[in-house]
Parts: sequence; C-alpha cells; structure tokens
Amino acid sequence: MAETGEADPEEVVKKLAYSFPIVRHTDMPEEMKEEAIALCISAFEKCSNNNENTAKMVKDSMDKMFGTAWHVVIGESFGFGVTHEAKNLLYMFYGGSLAICIWKCC
Amino acid sequence: MSKDQAPAKSYKTTNKKKEDDDPGKLIKPADQLELTEAELKEEITRTLTAKNPHAPHNIANYKFHEGAYKLTTVVNHMAVHLVLEGCLEYQDFDDSQSVTPTEELTEDATREEGEESDEELSFDGGEEEEPAEDDIPIPEPKCTNQFNFIERASQTINNPLQGRSCQTVPPPRCNYYATACQWNIYDVYMAELQKQEVQKQKQKEKESDKNKKKMMLIETPSDDITQVSKSAKLLERMVNQNSYSEVAQDFKYFEDAADEFREQEGTVLPLWKFQYDKAKMMCVTALCWNFMYPDFFGVGLGSYDFSKQGRGMLLFYTLKNSTYPEYIFPTGCGVMSLDIHKRHSYLVAVGFYDGCVCVYNLKNKAQDPDYKSTVNNGKHIDPVWQVRWQNDNSLNFYSVSSDGRVVSWTLTKNELVFSDAIRLALDYTVSEGPEGIQDLTNASGTSFDFHPQIDDLFIVGTEEGKIHKCSKNYSSQYLNTYDAHNMAVDTVKWNPYHSKVFISCSSDWTVKIWDQDYSAPMFTFELNASVGDVAWGPYSSTVFAAVTTEGLVHVFDLAINKYQAICQQPVVNKKKTRLTHIEFNPANPVVIVGDDRGSVISLKLSPNLRKKPKGKKGRDLVEGPEAEVAKMEKLLSLLRQPEQSIVFK
Repeated sequence: MAETGEADPEEVVKKLAYSFPIVRHTDMPEEMKEEAIALCISAFEKCSNNNENTAKMVKDSMDKMFGTAWHVVIGESFGFGVTHEAKNLLYMFYGGSLAICIWKCC
Repeated sequence: MSKDQAPAKSYKTTNKKKEDDDPGKLIKPADQLELTEAELKEEITRTLTAKNPHAPHNIANYKFHEGAYKLTTVVNHMAVHLVLEGCLEYQDFDDSQSVTPTEELTEDATREEGEESDEELSFDGGEEEEPAEDDIPIPEPKCTNQFNFIERASQTINNPLQGRSCQTVPPPRCNYYATACQWNIYDVYMAELQKQEVQKQKQKEKESDKNKKKMMLIETPSDDITQVSKSAKLLERMVNQNSYSEVAQDFKYFEDAADEFREQEGTVLPLWKFQYDKAKMMCVTALCWNFMYPDFFGVGLGSYDFSKQGRGMLLFYTLKNSTYPEYIFPTGCGVMSLDIHKRHSYLVAVGFYDGCVCVYNLKNKAQDPDYKSTVNNGKHIDPVWQVRWQNDNSLNFYSVSSDGRVVSWTLTKNELVFSDAIRLALDYTVSEGPEGIQDLTNASGTSFDFHPQIDDLFIVGTEEGKIHKCSKNYSSQYLNTYDAHNMAVDTVKWNPYHSKVFISCSSDWTVKIWDQDYSAPMFTFELNASVGDVAWGPYSSTVFAAVTTEGLVHVFDLAINKYQAICQQPVVNKKKTRLTHIEFNPANPVVIVGDDRGSVISLKLSPNLRKKPKGKKGRDLVEGPEAEVAKMEKLLSLLRQPEQSIVFK
C-alpha cells in the first residue's frame, strides 16, 4: 500500500508538471483576470527556466496594459504580505510547482 | 570790431597800474615792442569789416555724394557771444500746439537750432522735463510727440490670478498575505482534479436523467391536482348535501301525508333545481336519465327558436350534487336530442340543430365527441329531433330529422357509418315533374320511439301531424299511418308495458293515447296549452305526465281518472317560463322537468300519483308487468266495446 501510495503521487506530480494554471486568489475583474492569466502562461512558456525574465516580461506587459507600478513575484517557495490597489491582485499556481503573484501598487 | 592786438593782455591790470604809479608817467609793459621813431610814425590803416576774423576763408567738407572733399567758400560768419534762455512766452502763441510752457520753449529752441545747424543743437530732451506745476487744475492737454502725433494707450483689466491646489484620494488598497510552497500547491491541484472528476460524473448522470426528470416534473403537478380534485369533489358533494339536506331527506323519505285526504289528487314536490350559469340563455331541449346510475341524467341545451341559434351545451348532473354539473360539454351548435345508452352508459348520442350527430364518451376527459357525423358522412340537413340507441348490445342508434330521413348509425372503430333506415315521404303517389323526374317530397320527422319488446318496430311522428308505424325491415313503406294531430307531433312514446299502446302529444294542445290497431285515439286530453313533452311512468302502465308551455305539469293516472289529470301543478316561478321536457326517473319516484331558461327541476311524485292497484283481500296480488298490462287492457276494453272493432292480440 505504501509503495503504491508513493507511486501515485509521483505519477500525479508528473501529470501535474504539464498541467493547467489554477487561480488561488484574485479580486480582479473578469476581463483583466483573463488577460493576466493568458499573459502569465505565455510568459512562462517563453522563458521556461528563468523566473526573473518571466517576471520581468509579465511586469512590463502589465504596466503597458493596465498602468504603472505592477509587481511580480515568481517562485516555488516563498511567503509574502503585500498591500495592493483594490481589484488588482492575482495569485495563481502554474505547472504543478510554480507560484506567481502579481499586484499593482504605486 | 577787431583790434590789432597781438598779445592778449589782461586789460584791467594794465589800467590799474597806470593809475596807481604816476599820472603822467608812461608805463611800458615788459614785453612791449621797442620800435624806432620812424616806425612809430608809420601810418597804419585799419578798416572794420563785418567778417569774423576767426572764420576760415573756406571750409573743406567731405561730400558723401561725390566721395571727396570739397571746398565751400560760403562760410558762416556768425559768432555767438552770449546765449540767454528766456522764460517768457507769447500770449498769442498757437493754440493747436497745446504744450506746457517750458516744454514749448525748449521745443522751439530745439526746433530753431535744428533748422540752422545740426552741430549747434543743444538737445535738452525737453520732453523729459517735468511739467510746470499749476495751482489751478487744468484739463490735461494732449501731448503730441515731435511728429505731432498723439500716443494713446490703455490697459484692460487683467483677471486676478488665483491659486488652486488639490490632492486626490489614493486608490483603495488591500493587504494580502500568503505562502507559496510545494505542499500548498500540491494540495490545491489535487482538490482541483477531484472537483473535475466529480463534475464529469455529474454530467454523465445529468444527460441520462434529463428525460426522466422532465417526465417527473410534468407528472407531479398533474398528480397533485387530480388527487386534490377527487377529495374536492367529495367535499363539494358533502357540502351541497349538507346545505340541501332537507331536500335530500324529502327525496328519500318524504311522503305527502296530505294525500290521504285528497282522494284522487296528488302533488309533485319540488326537490332540487339544477342550474348552470353559462346555460341560462339556453333552452333545455333534451333530457335523459342514465339507466345504470339512476341518479345521473343528461341535459341537452340549445334553442328552439329558428332565428336565434347560438351555441349549445351538454350537461350531466347527478342528484348527489345539485349545484354543479358533473360533466360539461360545450358545443358549437344547439343540442336537440340526447340519449344515453342503456348498457354502456358512458356513450351518449347527441343530435344537433345543424343536422349533425355525435357520440360522446364520458370516459374521455376531452371536450370533443368521439364520433361525429360530417357532410360526407350522411349528416342530416335539418335539425335532428331525436336520437335513440338500439336496445341491443350493438353500438347502433337511430336519428330522425326534419329532412325526412330516419338514419341508422353504427359505431365502428374509427367513424360513424350511416345507413338510411327509412325515408319519410309525404305521399307515395309519384307525381311526375315536367321532364318525367320523380318528385318525392319528404315529411319532416319530429320524434320516434322504438317498441320496447318488438325490436324492429318503431313509430315516427311528423311535423304534419301524422304518426307512422314503421319497421326497420321495410324502408320504403309504412306499416300504418295515423292522422294524429293538427300540428306537429312533438313526442311519441310506446307504453312500457302494453305492447300496443302509445302516446303522442302535440302543439295543438292535446295528448292522445292510441292503440296501434285503431286509427282513432283511445284517449284524448285537452291541456289548454301547447304540450311540450309527455312521458310514461316506468312503474305503471297507466301513469303518464305531460308538460305544457304554461309551466304546468300534468300527471295522469288512467286507472284512477280517465278524463282528468290527477295532478296539475305549476312548477316554475315565472309565468313566462315554458316547460319543454319531462322524464321519469327509472328507479325513484322523481321526475325531472326542463324549462326554456336552461334549468332543470326535479320533482317528487306524491304517493297518490304512484298508486299501485290494491289487491282485493284474499287474492294474491298479481304484480309486475302482467298486472300492468292487464290494467291497461281492462281500460282499453272498456273503450273498445262500444266501437265493435276488430281486436288483434
């Protein structure tokens, strides 16, 4: 049972590696949210290994689209506490192990 | 004046020296020339001219035109020794040049100097001098400049500048705290996967269950209603019976005690009145009891008026619920006749004013008849005055109409099949038309009745007042004809017991009882009003009832009184109401009477009206149909004897 138990999470992890984005928390309006998610996914796929470039890409695009002073954090293990402008926060997971947090604040 | 003095000496000093030292002594200056006497005696001529000795003889100026120096011999010889500027002004000075005094002078001065020579201008800038201060305020004179032009200047009001500042409210901010770590991410993904699986399962179930669910939804509301309807129906009946409890008691148990004192007369006690709102405008044109359920009867509603034909209605009442009909069938055309099958009591044959014949099935909940005759299907052209089911088990009924046809209808699976049973001809003598065409006119049948025992025998009453005895087997000829009435025969009915006796009534105010063998009526009763309907009492061969347009119900019992009705009673409130039909209840001593206002009144017959012959003491009472037949026969034989006519049995 234990072996199968160990095998299953590995399989699941493998499955999750190529899996979908999950929004953990957001208070963005629908359109903004969809655009942001699409943007994140495309950025992730472009710069797959480099979190800094991904974050930079996302931040620049968000600044252009929605106004200045966006902040983007990408990582696998971090804690954060942010003050953000209302209705301008997106916190989501991607690729089974990555977490990305985007917020706007001047 | 020019003096020939070479050295410039101070004159005054020499003068003083002379006076101070010696009055007669000649003083010689130090630098005086020492001259000889010869030279001293020399005469030197001196001339005074106006020429300036200091002025040059000629001046060389650079002429720019020629680009060279040129001599000018004309030399200015004026020498200015003293200049004094005055502060006086001419009074007659030109007014146009209204300038301040000092400015004027300076301007004049400058102008004059300017005209003479450019070099000697002393440009004081007089314009800049302050104007003289005057004690008396003089309106400011116009100030012209050197070119005699006046400058004008003005300054508009500049709006005062105002400083404004504002600070916007910063957009609302929230705080958010979270931890991103691998186990959180994993948990979230697992939860999401589970959700998706559950949803997939649900969708599968939904697709399969959609149909089932729809059916359920449709059924449940109707089930609820039907369940409620049954109990509602029961309640309705209970309420009605409670509110009309006295009537119900009367119906069952009341026997008019006063009948003991009335020797031969009886009364009819009104019980329930059956009315339906929508039927108020219509006339009761047909009544029929249901044999299987003796409390159930059908009412056909329409109109007898030729010009006022509207809609009709078919109502079915039960005595248990007197306030509302059990079944309601609205029809497009007025109902003229109605018959409920004796055995299959859910089948109702209906004849309409437009000649149509229908069969309704009370088991169906639809409002449409099961079968309907159409134009192609042998529909009558004129109103169908009577329909009658056959007494046998077959689904067969007959109809008679004003178009002179008696038609037999059979119910097959899908439709009505008709066959003309007989055509009522006015007379059978063929009258040839102009081109040899047989011209057969039809009589108009208004009522008919089948013989209760002999199946194929029936009598037909016509509008001409004749009654024809016909057989189903012979479609072209009558068996017998009776000249019954002067006007249309409204009803003909066989006696339920005696096989030879039938009764007829007509609008000529009479009711006649016939023996089929005799061409003259056995009994004739004048009722003083047009008789709408007549019916035999099912419990006795000698009892019959008739209704008239005066609103009276006449009940006769021939065994008691051969000449008069034993009961004559007005039944309706308003005198203008005409009674149209009457029917005896097969089981109870109740009759229903229909009027022309769409209401049906039920009446209970008092005991006197339903007397059975009293058996003599000691003899066995012979009851049953034979007794009735015997009773009738006895009556008839009394009539026949004086006639001495052939008696058939």
